[in-house]
Amino acid sequence: MEHLEYRMEAPDGKTVAVKPFSLVGVVASANLEVMLEIVPSEKACVFLIDTAAKGFEASWQAVVRDFMDRWKPAGLKVSINDNAASPSVVSLRLDQAYEALTGE
Amino acid sequence: MNADHKATERRCRLERGAAFSDGKFVTPEKMTALLETVIECGDIVCVEGDNQKQADFLSECLAEMNPAKVNHLHMVLSTISLGSQLDIFEKGIADLVDFSFSGPQGARMARMAATGKVKIGNIHTYLELYSRYFTDLCPDVACIAAEMADREGNLYTGENTEDTPVIAEATAFKSGLVIAQVNKIVDKVPRVDIPAGWVDYICGSPRPFHLEPLFTRNPAEVTEIMILMAMMTMKGIYAKYLPRSLNHGVGFNTAAIELLLPTYGEELGLKGRACLHWLLNPHPTMIPAIESGFVKTIYTVGSEIGMRDYINTKPDIFPIGPDGSMRSNRAFGQMCGHYATDMFIGASLQIDPQGNSSTATADRIAGFGGAPNFGCDPRGRRHCSPAWLLAGKESYEGTGAPPRGRRLVVQIVETFHGKMEPTFVESLDAWELQKKAGFELPPIMVYGDDITHLVTEEGIANLLLCRTPEEREQAVRGVAGYTPMGLARDRQAVENLRDRGIIQRAEDLGIRKNQATRDLLAARNIKDLVRWSDGLYNPPAKFRNW
Amino acid sequence: MNLQNIGCNYLEASARKRLEGILDPGSFRELCPPTEKRISPHLHYFDIPVAFDDGVVTGEGTLDGKTVAVIAQEGRFMGGAIGEVHSAKIVGLLRRCLAKKPDAVLFLFDSGGVRLQEANAGELGVAEIIRAILDVRAAGIRVFGLVGGSCGAYGGAGIITGCCDALAVSEEGRIGVSGPEVIETNMGVEVFDSRDRALVWRTFGGKNRYLQGQVRELVEDSMESFRQAAIRLLSLKPDYSLDQLEAEQKQLEERAEKFAGCRDAVDVWRKLGYPSPENIPSLTVAELKSEGGAK
Repeated sequence: MEHLEYRMEAPDGKTVAVKPFSLVGVVASANLEVMLEIVPSEKACVFLIDTAAKGFEASWQAVVRDFMDRWKPAGLKVSINDNAASPSVVSLRLDQAYEALTGE
Repeated sequence: MNADHKATERRCRLERGAAFSDGKFVTPEKMTALLETVIECGDIVCVEGDNQKQADFLSECLAEMNPAKVNHLHMVLSTISLGSQLDIFEKGIADLVDFSFSGPQGARMARMAATGKVKIGNIHTYLELYSRYFTDLCPDVACIAAEMADREGNLYTGENTEDTPVIAEATAFKSGLVIAQVNKIVDKVPRVDIPAGWVDYICGSPRPFHLEPLFTRNPAEVTEIMILMAMMTMKGIYAKYLPRSLNHGVGFNTAAIELLLPTYGEELGLKGRACLHWLLNPHPTMIPAIESGFVKTIYTVGSEIGMRDYINTKPDIFPIGPDGSMRSNRAFGQMCGHYATDMFIGASLQIDPQGNSSTATADRIAGFGGAPNFGCDPRGRRHCSPAWLLAGKESYEGTGAPPRGRRLVVQIVETFHGKMEPTFVESLDAWELQKKAGFELPPIMVYGDDITHLVTEEGIANLLLCRTPEEREQAVRGVAGYTPMGLARDRQAVENLRDRGIIQRAEDLGIRKNQATRDLLAARNIKDLVRWSDGLYNPPAKFRNW
Repeated sequence: MNLQNIGCNYLEASARKRLEGILDPGSFRELCPPTEKRISPHLHYFDIPVAFDDGVVTGEGTLDGKTVAVIAQEGRFMGGAIGEVHSAKIVGLLRRCLAKKPDAVLFLFDSGGVRLQEANAGELGVAEIIRAILDVRAAGIRVFGLVGGSCGAYGGAGIITGCCDALAVSEEGRIGVSGPEVIETNMGVEVFDSRDRALVWRTFGGKNRYLQGQVRELVEDSMESFRQAAIRLLSLKPDYSLDQLEAEQKQLEERAEKFAGCRDAVDVWRKLGYPSPENIPSLTVAELKSEGGAK
């Protein structure tokens, strides 16, 4: 297992949540679960990733950066348990989790 | 000038063969001996290795011949799918092969080619190979498979007719010998598919000929990513161009589209306006679309296990004869797919920055099958249709080229496949295979300049709108996602292509990711397909849990 | 068949989605939610990713207005297998029932049994779950099992279904103890061909369990069917008396005797009086119920 952590500053970001947390996906083969929580005191977004696929840091960084660009969120705590999902599935789950959290 | 040598030779072969047959009929134990007698060293021998149907008994008999008596054979066959079709080379009976597809035996083919056990003449598309049966690859002996023969020797090939007519005609009309294995011998065949006059020997084989269920895709395995890609394709391509006729290369991505026609397709207003005429095998996943009134006709290149009863109730749609059963025909189907379809859509294993795609890997020779025949622009086409004209306009307007139409050639792939294998690569494995196997060209399935659209989870790259090779390369990289090839994109150039509508993301098409759920599928499992068919679809045991 | 019949299937839904689909809208409150990250302490030794809820959702809600405590296993996480935290959540919820006294407990099974990586902790967990269920039943609270996920209820989970008051099972659902592959490995393929999926479902599937008298409600694979069946189960009177247990034991003994020598479920169904037992796998639930045959 590989543990990755990213702290993404979001000075202009904004997130309005309709529930305390969202959880999408399941830790099955080639899949992952993504849990989003709001940290009210924080602006930055923190990503805590535990992944069974080692050596893909570059694509995790790219996926996280694109997620931040796409939604411009703030104050998120993103917790991930990943069982070797492809980056596109990761991206999809992040979007699904954000849509569920904000009711978009 | 003497030009009846082959006809004379034919009479001699038949005279020798008489020792092992009772008129046309040969018993199974005598087949190998018959083959040894009527086949001569250096002959071109065709054995029916069709895409689905295999003349497996005859193939085994051929591999049992004595290489001292018969050798240096030149084998020609569509599909190398059985072990016996390669054993014949191991045993030194044959040494040269011309074929089209070898997927099931791809790894062994690669090993045997590398060690010189088999020499490959050329790898063709199906239609190309059939064409050469009428020029320089005419079989001296053809071993075919049929469902039934009558006492005169007329053959019924039924729903899995596939390649048989083109092989039999080419062979019979150049003094060749046609030898058939049949599942049973009856008093009267339901219809005559191959007339007795073209058939020289018939054997009731010990087992029915082998048939692969190649076109059954279990809806339970369709994922959300496949559904997202299908939705983008349907909205960004199907609904835009409204192709009236099309071919779906078999795969899960196209199966997802088929299962979404009654739901998402209906929402997009496709019914009655697009996807009316299909060139296809009878995919079980088409059942909901057929039942929902989307489909006018399906011409088939083969059949599919379990679909017979369903097909036979739909003579308006499938090619059903006056006898009430279907006759598929791969030669006509490939012809139809080349000239009479507005769109081809299929998947691939590797795509390079120019958009060239290939299923070849360094250690597997898979061949081409029918894909390049559909996955190309048929420049000989002249008749117009709205989709053909629109694609042509988008491709050529403003370039100075004369106005013409263009076929939609869509490649639909996930950026990663298997175990995190990138689909998008800087250089295709096909180049490596070319070196290893000694081919004259790298085996490219679909050339980048034939592709009009590339669809991945990241969106649609409208390659037909690109005007320079650099634009096309960035458009490809722009949908190559998080693969190293995709990450090497020029971010500014890709943003620019998106602004111009050459790259369209899901959001640009108005599709929200959480719409892409399995709830949108018209059938979610095999049982749903059976229910849609009112119990007429009879899935093979491996797809049933009842 | 048309688009209306497809419905919302239970089999494909996640554990949380199943609870959402069965309970009264908006009534579900999760206990030990994933945000508490009570993850398995064992899996990291095996380099296996954890789940924030360790593959089981526990909580409370209402069903047709009645209070219910709920447990829903996530079959797609490690085959729903029961590990230490997974079982602790279930046991904790059951013990909480002794204080809170809900109308019933709904246990949505989807598990292959003990999580082998957690070995003894898993086995102990199964034992504690059984004890906790029996304590709840002894306190007059009914425990109902729902089986309809892709893992069914095998191994320890299969045994736990036998401890419930009553079961609602879909034909896709399965109940067993030894799995098909284990039977084949130990007894040979002639005795049981685990790759013959029709045989597997004929033997372990909801239909056969229903016809054998083990399952109270046989349902279609849809949320609505399971919800309605659960509501019907709620109307059953609790009975955890010695008389009831002895009667159940007698029934099981009679069943074992009556069907001794049957090689296949089809033989069982023939003995039950069904005229065309080979057709039973193709019948819908409604068709089967109206089929008749002495039961």
